[in-house]
Amino acid sequence: MEFLFDRIDKPSPAWAKVVTACGLLALYSALCFWIFSSSIQNWEKVWGYRAVFFNGWMLTIGISAVALVLSTVFGVAAALARRNSFLPLRYTAIFYVETVRGVPLLFLVMFGYYGLATLLHWNDRLPVGILILSLFSGAYIAEVIRSGIESVGRSQWDSARAIGLTPAQTYRFVIFPQVLRQTLPPLAGQFASLIKDSSLLSIIGIPELTFAAQQVNSATYSTFEAYLPLGVCYLVLTLPISLWTKSLERRVSYES
Amino acid sequence: MKVELRNVTKAFGTNRVLDDVSFEAEFAHVLALIGPSGGGKSTLLRLLAGLDRPDSGTILVDGIALERSEESLRLYRRTIGTVFQAYNLFPHLSARDNVVLPLVEVHGLSKAAAAARADDVLQRFQLIAHADKQPGLLSGGQRQRVAIARALAIEPKFLLLDEPTSALDPEMTAEVLDVIAELRTLGQPIILVTHEMGFARQSADLVAFVADGGIRECAPAGTFFSNPTTPETRKFLEKILKY
Repeated sequence: MEFLFDRIDKPSPAWAKVVTACGLLALYSALCFWIFSSSIQNWEKVWGYRAVFFNGWMLTIGISAVALVLSTVFGVAAALARRNSFLPLRYTAIFYVETVRGVPLLFLVMFGYYGLATLLHWNDRLPVGILILSLFSGAYIAEVIRSGIESVGRSQWDSARAIGLTPAQTYRFVIFPQVLRQTLPPLAGQFASLIKDSSLLSIIGIPELTFAAQQVNSATYSTFEAYLPLGVCYLVLTLPISLWTKSLERRVSYES
Repeated sequence: MKVELRNVTKAFGTNRVLDDVSFEAEFAHVLALIGPSGGGKSTLLRLLAGLDRPDSGTILVDGIALERSEESLRLYRRTIGTVFQAYNLFPHLSARDNVVLPLVEVHGLSKAAAAARADDVLQRFQLIAHADKQPGLLSGGQRQRVAIARALAIEPKFLLLDEPTSALDPEMTAEVLDVIAELRTLGQPIILVTHEMGFARQSADLVAFVADGGIRECAPAGTFFSNPTTPETRKFLEKILKY
């Protein structure tokens, strides 16, 4: 059984890792089947609602994609504003980033929709929900990008000024390309969080994936069968991103 | 070329790095600035490069006073080439693209013309084999030579070099000094901050000793090293030439 131990001085072979992973998957599946199969028989009923799941899943993907673009815009704007010399702009960015990061998303969704949007007579759940999610995620992206910009050394600004680039050109040709390479892994991770966080939009009645699972649950009275696919559907989206992030992290390291 | 300082003061906090400096130097090829660390050499070079502004006083280059606005200083910086101690190059761009960037974006050359000129300069510095490499794959000496190539490709009025070899080992230092010596023979005016006394003695027309917030002495290289007049210069030279 020596091959089950992966040590620095004696790494286990690749086949051992594959065998272990497949064996464990089979083992845990069998265990779950043995424990739950007798009491859970409502798969057919839930299968009847597959269209609801699919529509919810599609909406989750759509919300996440739009929110990704919007939150990147908010994040870049807030990161640049936070570095701006004009104080009102800088303080506005700090206020935005710190308050949003300091409260739970659940609060933002409830307060933003039932509190603010309702007061403004704006009752379109979907755009309000996407906006709230984007503002939330944007605050985190702002910090990722700001730390990325700050990690580009002083010498790069000096060199850019010395060759006569304007500040806008410096950002475009010198700073952002380096920031992008460095922040792509954390940004990809933020995108995975965004997909998961979109589940909270279910509480304001947006029919995304989690909301769909809740509906299927209340229609079929089969909680396990309704919620297990919910988790699987999220994993199908987030696992590839997480693997991609890992490979990005290995690739971005370069000497400057 | 000619540089002139009139009552130039530059302070960082309460530390007056340059204190009411007035100075005039006219030279054909190379002006070397030497002196102890923290004596104001690099500060002086950054002022001459238009990267910083003096707190008071005027700097004249070839009889023209540098203006104070960032806009006009940027136009001035576009006419000269500045090379720092290290980390001059943009790490995400190849050696060639480092040279091409200012040619295209600042000086308005077409991409093809800029690439041709970049290859020309890199060829002259025996760097053409490394043109497609990013700086991370180059040696320290190669990086500095690419940085000099980038500064030179814009056909600057003069070059400003701030301790271009101080981050290099002796072999690479020689490699970079060879390039500077060659530029000298081609008539490229150079202002150089350096710790390489041998090089200053051999290649500089004028040597200025910068210490304690001012320029203590400025003389032709021969007389500067063989016959220093101020006690500070004598003490400094004794100390560094001891070994």
